[in-house]
Amino acid sequence: MLRRRLNRLLGRDERIADRRTIYVGHRSGSTNDAIIPPKFCDNRIVSSKYTVWNFLPKNLFEQFRRIANFYFLIIFLVQVIVDTPTSPVTSGLPLFFVITVTAIKQGYEDWLRHKADNEVNKYPVTVIEDGRRIRKESEKIKVGDVVQVEEEETFPCDLILLQTSRDDDTCFVTTASLDGESNHKTHYTVPDTGRDLESLNATIECEQPQPDLYKFVGRMHIYTSNQDPAMRSLGPENLLLKGATLKNTQRISGVAVYTGMETKMALNYQGKSQKRSAVEKSINAFLLVYLCILVSKALVCTTLKYAWQGTPGQDEPWYNEKTQTVKETNFYLKMFTDFLSFMVLFNFIIPVSMYVTVEMQKFLGSFFITWDKDFFDPEIKEGALVNTSDLNEELGQVEYVFTDKTGTLTQNNMEFIECCIDGFQYKYRDASSELDGFCVTDGPVSKLQQKAGREREELFLRALCLCHTVQVKEPIECHDQGDGLMDQVDGLEADGQETSSLQEQRGFIASSPDEVALVKGAMRYGFTFLGLESKTMKILNRNNAVEMYELLHVLNFDPVRRRMSVIVRSKSGDILLFCKGADSSMFPRVRQEEVERIRMHVERNATEGYRTLCVAYKYLSAEEYNQADKGLREARLALQDRDEKLMAVYNQVETGMSLIGATAVEDRLQEEAAETMMALQGAGINVWVLTGDKMETAKSTCYACRLFQRNTELLELTVRTLEDGGRRREKRLHDLLNEYYKKAVLDAPPVKGGVTRSWSSTNQDYGFIIDGATLSMVLNSSESNSSRYKNLFLQICQNCTAVLCCRMAPLQKAQIVKMVKNSKGSPITLSIGDGANDVSMILEAHVGIGIKGKEGRQAVRNSDYAITKLKHLKKLLLVHGHLYYVRIAHLVQYFFYKNLCFILPQFLYQFFCGYSQQPLFDAAYLTMYNICFTSMPILAYSLFEQHISIEVLLDNATLYREIAKNAMLRWGPFLQWTLLSLYHGLLFFFGVRFLFSNPALQDNGQVFGNWSFGTIIFTVLIFTVTLTLALDTRHWTWINHFVIWGSLAFYVFFSFFWGGIIWPFLKHQRLYFVFANMLSSVSTWLVIILLILLSLMPEILLTVFCKPRGSNARQRKLVQSSVGDLQSPRSSARPLLMRTFSDESNTVI
Amino acid sequence: MMASSYNAKDEDGHISVSGPGGGALRSKKPENTAFKQQRLPAWQPILTAGTVLPAFFIIGLIFIPIGIGLYVTSNNIKEFEIDYTGVDMSSPCFNCSQNFSWNSTRPCTCTIPFYLEQSYENNVFMYYGLSNFYQNHRRYVKSRDDSQLNGDVNSLQYPSKECEPYAYHDNKPIAPCGAIANSMFNDTLELFYHPNGTKVPVPLTATGIAWWADKHVKFRNPGENQNLTAVFQGTSKPVNWRRPVYELDYDPLNNGFINEDFIVWMRTAALPTFRKLYRIINKKDNMVPTLQRGNYTLEVVYNFPVRSFEGRKRMILSTISWMGGKNPFLGIAYITVGSVCFFLGVVLLLIHHKYGNRNNSADISN
Repeated sequence: MLRRRLNRLLGRDERIADRRTIYVGHRSGSTNDAIIPPKFCDNRIVSSKYTVWNFLPKNLFEQFRRIANFYFLIIFLVQVIVDTPTSPVTSGLPLFFVITVTAIKQGYEDWLRHKADNEVNKYPVTVIEDGRRIRKESEKIKVGDVVQVEEEETFPCDLILLQTSRDDDTCFVTTASLDGESNHKTHYTVPDTGRDLESLNATIECEQPQPDLYKFVGRMHIYTSNQDPAMRSLGPENLLLKGATLKNTQRISGVAVYTGMETKMALNYQGKSQKRSAVEKSINAFLLVYLCILVSKALVCTTLKYAWQGTPGQDEPWYNEKTQTVKETNFYLKMFTDFLSFMVLFNFIIPVSMYVTVEMQKFLGSFFITWDKDFFDPEIKEGALVNTSDLNEELGQVEYVFTDKTGTLTQNNMEFIECCIDGFQYKYRDASSELDGFCVTDGPVSKLQQKAGREREELFLRALCLCHTVQVKEPIECHDQGDGLMDQVDGLEADGQETSSLQEQRGFIASSPDEVALVKGAMRYGFTFLGLESKTMKILNRNNAVEMYELLHVLNFDPVRRRMSVIVRSKSGDILLFCKGADSSMFPRVRQEEVERIRMHVERNATEGYRTLCVAYKYLSAEEYNQADKGLREARLALQDRDEKLMAVYNQVETGMSLIGATAVEDRLQEEAAETMMALQGAGINVWVLTGDKMETAKSTCYACRLFQRNTELLELTVRTLEDGGRRREKRLHDLLNEYYKKAVLDAPPVKGGVTRSWSSTNQDYGFIIDGATLSMVLNSSESNSSRYKNLFLQICQNCTAVLCCRMAPLQKAQIVKMVKNSKGSPITLSIGDGANDVSMILEAHVGIGIKGKEGRQAVRNSDYAITKLKHLKKLLLVHGHLYYVRIAHLVQYFFYKNLCFILPQFLYQFFCGYSQQPLFDAAYLTMYNICFTSMPILAYSLFEQHISIEVLLDNATLYREIAKNAMLRWGPFLQWTLLSLYHGLLFFFGVRFLFSNPALQDNGQVFGNWSFGTIIFTVLIFTVTLTLALDTRHWTWINHFVIWGSLAFYVFFSFFWGGIIWPFLKHQRLYFVFANMLSSVSTWLVIILLILLSLMPEILLTVFCKPRGSNARQRKLVQSSVGDLQSPRSSARPLLMRTFSDESNTVI
Repeated sequence: MMASSYNAKDEDGHISVSGPGGGALRSKKPENTAFKQQRLPAWQPILTAGTVLPAFFIIGLIFIPIGIGLYVTSNNIKEFEIDYTGVDMSSPCFNCSQNFSWNSTRPCTCTIPFYLEQSYENNVFMYYGLSNFYQNHRRYVKSRDDSQLNGDVNSLQYPSKECEPYAYHDNKPIAPCGAIANSMFNDTLELFYHPNGTKVPVPLTATGIAWWADKHVKFRNPGENQNLTAVFQGTSKPVNWRRPVYELDYDPLNNGFINEDFIVWMRTAALPTFRKLYRIINKKDNMVPTLQRGNYTLEVVYNFPVRSFEGRKRMILSTISWMGGKNPFLGIAYITVGSVCFFLGVVLLLIHHKYGNRNNSADISN
């Protein structure tokens, strides 16, 4: 079902642009034509990016495409070319470091890819050439080769199945590694080929490779010597995909149609479009500001320099003459060179290492998600999965959560609840004594009053047993198990309990759990589906007799028709069509007089939160069947527009049926679904439910999850409400939109930061419901003012506490996400889903979360994060997201802060050195500042900081609001940090400058020079910057202690070391003994202590003055939360309230 | 296995390499360690008025005495300063500064009388001070060859390019090369005491004025203990020098590159107005002050022109304390910061007191 939905999603307007012809076994088709074998690519898989030879240039090119790296490269080149104040090493070394680390990382990844590629490419396969079996390496397979695959082997390329060792021309395959669905799928051989592969002379005409896994159209022409070529249609059921594994089948042979990079698996591998986080956008904005500061600083300095040099005697005093070359340089060139030199001198303001640190933080930090044992699910033995670490902090910024219903809010664990036959309700009462249910031969139906005729009942149950695509899981251990099972089933009367447990053991496999629930439901009433064997379906009926039906056609489910049918021929030769589907799609296609009786039940079931399906049947006369058969076959052979043609035939066949009954299947809520939703709403997150399900079902799920409360006023915008007025639909739509807008947006009191909303009960909550059809009317309205209505719609939705969108196609889900994403303020969106139908919205949203659920792994593969249960979302957002955001926001601000107060003294020094670009700090300090002295404490902080403990974060969802809307990276905090760094920079420089008004600082009267001056400032800088971080650290683990004190100690140690030796490779021994001498002066000690204390003062004062209010607010919040806790016992009783509501609604209907 | 190779994504380096059979089969229950669960034991300090208040008081109480001590110490340091640039007509050095020429063979001498109002008890340090002299200019700072100064014979013959345009003169390498060495302060300052109309020279010590490490490690004469004249054969004296480097002093331990005047000059100053240690007047015996109250004259051999760049020259006599030379800044700063801390402590205490009350009442009302 799902994969067909996906079909539609991915391959909406696929046309066969071209086709390829394949000669099976490289034998020419018609005997006289000399074939020119077409060129196809070989079967080599190349997922690696680099080879040994091109690694260096290609990797460097890729890396320097990043704007930051390129900037630093330019700076480096300027330093090399122009005579600049600092040596190229100062910027070259950090750049080299960054580039090398990244290159090593990428090289390692590529090496892993090479290894994986090789493993695949060198895998030995068996190819049949001229009747001989030849072992080859997988990469040598050519299109047209006949390949033999054994059981449990993976297919080396995309094959058309020609021959199988099974008798019924089928083989079983799992595609677990492709899409995660671990059930066995049946594939069929092409008819009339299996007899003798050596003499087979055939060509295959098929479409060019395309990535859709579930789509394939082709034709096979089989040439036999004496007849016209026979033509067979090929579909996805004949195609074995590379990467899938052969199961339950000893050996198959197939012809390669797509090889290597053209296989569907390879085509499906593509880098996802990279998502960028809001933090990164903030970083870029700040970078721009700092770039402006940098350029203006350089400009100011250059201007002042030339103004200063204008005064006589200053440009070139006798003691400091210029070299000949400098004198001869063009004046403007000199000016430009000076400008560049200033740029180079101040370039440290743009932190090179920030990128590395941010990336390391993200990479390492994401491990905490995978390591979190709370995310571990003992059932599937898996924890959370992080597919991208780029978005960690985005988890703390989510404003909108779009959630799927089935499998996400609900468990997708279907249970058959009741059915109605001919308007009579059959309820299976004893859910607890399930075993009794079907071991009693009469079946529970007999326990009830017989309401419908027995014949109708049985027809209904037969329909349930026949109309599905469920497979019976074959026990693998022994092959003749089937017979034994049959015996036991025969002996059912004698030994009920035991066989029933055996029956439990045999599983049903289906792509949708609804079908399993229905088949199991039918089993409970006495009709057991025994399996499908060579087109024959076997049913064990209530009288323990095996009924056989020949399966003629399956009219597959698709989300547009919302129904599926089977055509079977019974033993007696009657041809029957059974159809089941959603009420809306069934009611127009059955006789109207039957509808009313059943509609009531369907609607009641739907409001109770059950999934309902209607079942209908129809007898087909012989000519009707022949016509349908012909139509279906023709449509299946079509190479173009096959889907459309099939659809037309389906619609034609599925008419005039008679309705037998309806089923109700319950989908249980996920564990803690309601609590999670409440927490999200408490965190100020808008939760939207996007589902393909019916409105009533979805609505009741929303009530159960407490997204809608009792006092929530529902604003409905569905097909039903639109039809009320009898006016034109669009007119009515616009009227309703205006009305709701007035109600929800204009009359509502202005929301103050979203905090008032959930806590004050006086406010009216609104819930909004819209369905797919209406949504497309809103979005694709033809009228000129459609954008206005779209806007209205959006505003209404944003003012509602919860929004429910039902009857959504997958693409519409993505559309909604996109609409919200691009709305004013561009809020951060998160999509969570488990099925393939959620992939589009997962990809569209800022953060996509997949649930490792029952509907395959599609969602997980395309998600950014995958969790095992919905309830984990709470911790993921409230704890991990919050912490990551705070960590990285602090990291970014701190980086800018520390670089500004690093460079500001250097800038100020220019005013005292004749604007000569004299660096204040030694080259070693300039180079090491960002790499060694200050990088580790902030990295440790950004990995381990918990400014609020995990438990508090979990308990108080409102804390999430404090960081909403990028609170820590807006211009306000940025300005605050910038002011702090300005203060620090000014303080450092002028503090030491006034000390140096008398440079005789030692008690032996000796004086200090310029390098001592710089070193004192640098020491104060290092200590202040590190201690500022220490002040901000609220969570001191031993690692923080180690790193903070360690890096300070390292600085002192390094300074002694660096100044203790005459370095032979250095041109200037600038720092020789400077540090040691500096420490021998009492005044220096005193000034260092004074300046550090003075720098930390504002930070301390700020925390102390702001803290009382903050902690008070927190206390209040704690009180509130405890009130919330008081509520929660009541809230646990809410399902009861929900029940009463649904009861009420029942009485209303 | 193949699929896993495709799962390896290049954007973020998360590589999910899993064994055959796919990753799903492997049970990977996260380890329950404090580190992995982010539950490492941690110290969680919270700055509150309660903890900060005592700190402020303590800082105030410590800083104010230190500041007072510093201020008093600084005030007790005696310092006498004389500007002998010769800008004014009335100044004794006016003639010398006016008629300055690099080529003049006869040194210009001027004598400046001054009166010391206090007697200087301890060792007195004699500084020369220059103003508007950009020793920290980039072109100037780098114009030296440290390996030459460290006694490297090769660098003596082939000075570094950094020394340009003071690297070669008349095709001979300059020793010591570079702008810093070339512009070495070469005024000679002599001090005379005039008790009762007589003229007594004040003995000036020229050693112990440079950093120990500079004198003994960083600066070294080339050619192990050889005759300096021979070692420097083939090199040229710096253009503006009157004597070659090997004639700076008669004392072999203070000659050549290890001449302390030279070493002091080579340590470039941080700011354009600076002072450098010139001579030390050692205290002879405990009974007599080093410099008595009375009339003195400063005799200057005027070799160093500063008027071309609007510079000034000073001679400074100063005593030294444990904190170095006279500088009231540190004392004032400490007193200020200490008082501010104390004041803030009081303010905080008031706020804390008031706020605490309010908080209590709020609790009661709740």
